[in-house]
Amino acid sequence: MATLTAPRIVLSRAGYADSHTLTRYLATGGYDGLRKALTMFPEAVASEVDQASLLGRGGAGFPAGRKWSMLRKAPISYLVVNGDESEPATFKDHLLLERDPNQLVEGVIIAAYALQVSSVYIFVRGEFALGLERVQQAVNDAYEIGALGSKIFGSDFSIDVVVHPGAGAYICGEETALIEALEGKRGFPRIKPPFFPAVAGLYGEPTVVNNVETMSNLPWIVNNGGAAFAALGGGRSTGTRLFALAGRVNNPGVFEIEMVKNTFRDLIYDPQLGGGVIDDKKIKAIIPGGVSAPWFGPDLLDLPLGQDEVAEKGSMLGSGSIVVMDETTCVVRAAWRITKFFSRESCGQCTPCREGSGWIERAMYRVEHGGGRMEDIDLLLDLCDNIAPGLTWPPQQTTICVLGPSIPSSVHSAIKMFRDDFVEHVTKGGCPHD
Amino acid sequence: MSHFRIDIRQRAEEVLALYPRPRSAMLPLLHLAQEQDGYVSDEGIAEVAELTLTTPADVRGTALFYDMFHLEPVGRYVVGICTNIACLLAGGDELLAHASTSLDCPVGSTSSDGFFSLEETECLADCDFAPCVQVNHRYVRTTTPAAFDAVVAELRAGRLDHDVPQHGTLIRVRRAGGLHAPGAEVAAERSAASAAREARTPKETK
Ligand SMILES: Cc1cc2nc3c(=O)[nH]c(=O)nc-3n(C[C@H](O)[C@H](O)[C@H](O)COP(=O)(O)O)c2cc1C
Ligand code: SF4
Ligand code: FES
Repeated sequence: MATLTAPRIVLSRAGYADSHTLTRYLATGGYDGLRKALTMFPEAVASEVDQASLLGRGGAGFPAGRKWSMLRKAPISYLVVNGDESEPATFKDHLLLERDPNQLVEGVIIAAYALQVSSVYIFVRGEFALGLERVQQAVNDAYEIGALGSKIFGSDFSIDVVVHPGAGAYICGEETALIEALEGKRGFPRIKPPFFPAVAGLYGEPTVVNNVETMSNLPWIVNNGGAAFAALGGGRSTGTRLFALAGRVNNPGVFEIEMVKNTFRDLIYDPQLGGGVIDDKKIKAIIPGGVSAPWFGPDLLDLPLGQDEVAEKGSMLGSGSIVVMDETTCVVRAAWRITKFFSRESCGQCTPCREGSGWIERAMYRVEHGGGRMEDIDLLLDLCDNIAPGLTWPPQQTTICVLGPSIPSSVHSAIKMFRDDFVEHVTKGGCPHD
Repeated sequence: MSHFRIDIRQRAEEVLALYPRPRSAMLPLLHLAQEQDGYVSDEGIAEVAELTLTTPADVRGTALFYDMFHLEPVGRYVVGICTNIACLLAGGDELLAHASTSLDCPVGSTSSDGFFSLEETECLADCDFAPCVQVNHRYVRTTTPAAFDAVVAELRAGRLDHDVPQHGTLIRVRRAGGLHAPGAEVAAERSAASAAREARTPKETK
């Protein structure tokens, strides 16, 4: 049974139809966190976040407090918020942007105050037309009530926030590509080092990039204290987290639950959460953290939903999206479709990523649609190994960004776990599910 | 002579004022160009180049990188259907095939009456309403062929104009004003703040 006793931190207003309005926001404690933060020293605000041990929710899971304190030495010029959410089957930021934009804006102002940054850009995926409108409205409202602009709420702190629309490119979620897009260029990830935009980010100046969900946690953390947040969850994975559950489940959706205290099985089967697999079918495999992550079989369903717990088993919790595939699913088709995505979205700068994704996609297409050869199976593994030598997780870096080395995850997982399915496709000359 | 209508030009200038460097306004300005013409026209590109202090070739090259910019005219309604993993598991391919027949429009093209363009998209981050359908980047949440046809009929009859604006119009909420925190004021605040921080931080002793 799932543990559902934790308070709702980022989805506390999800039950209201007007959760996105300033009226509802102010009636439910909105901007209390910011008012409190402004009575504290900026370092004290940052130290609450540090104590909360809030892990970044964008995919890499780097502690927000640590990211901020690494930069304390040099003043930060820009704060950039990553609302590009395009990792397949991830749909939690979409919910936060549309349903609680004021909470995001308040969190952003708190972060800016802690970092003493006056210039903030919120980058929102272009396809989120409604989300863009709602965040812009929340920003307008914040100026209106004096939470943004010159000397906010009568303090000595001034700040401007600009909402920046994306235009349809998955790669702009990678933080350096996002910065390029903000500079008005193609979304090409930048060559590392420097490894962090904190060293050279927007316009070459020190920049912090944080995810929408990361920011949305801040009002609660300031109101209740970092220790209260750290008391939830377990190990390094503190607090609650949004899990986006999709695929062959009865009740797909975004659920805010405590980390570590719940398992994949809880999330998928609890009647208040996923509600079990459609038609009570057996689970064949799950993708534990976005399509970049290696898959798990049903034997790992009792693994706790924690960052380190999942990493120890050779995958990642990543963006917090879980996809369930059941016995009716063709895993060859699933892995082919995921590779097609990467092949379309590769920015083209690195040869292993640009060429490798296309090769794998074509070989997978053959196997799925007829015309596959037995030697294709090992060819596929070889191609995967060329992109991410050794096929370990986390992968070896052969390219400018980690999109490239993430390509093999699904194909490698599918072949390793379900080689017989590939063999059957080849001998039948096509997909047995068709 | 400006190609942008006077209201679009005015919004473009407001957008430019939000960024320290004009080129940063590239994506929002391209969205505005697309809002006016329904696609990114050569004239729109020229005007964006002028405003961002770049060249038309540079603007075109940037626009081509991004899926949302159409450099050729498209239908009044651009229908995007997702076939990525969650939607695949819920019949996205089948819905896309149905849409193609029903709109009489091959995937990746525009119907002969100019009403609809049909696209296969990547994940649209609405995977709990799989298979996911967007029309002009508005979620319509029709997951079955019958519901899809019903929405198409509504669109044809113009009954969804409020929810689904014409192609190109992305953001209907305008920013209420420009930047509010004057640069000099911010600089003074920041140096006062860092002086105060210096005073609070105990000096490291050797
Ligand atoms: C290919 C790729 C795509 C990414 N997409 C996103 C995204 O859509 N949203 C996001 O917040 N982070 C994304 N990230 C991670 C960001 O680079 C960055 O780590 C994150 O925004 C930092 O925020 P956080 O520390 O709050 O998690 C992506 C990374 C890569 C390599
Ligand atoms: S790994 Fe792929 S997406 Fe990343 S920079 Fe290289 S080519 Fe572009
Ligand atoms: S996979 Fe289709 S909307 Fe996410």
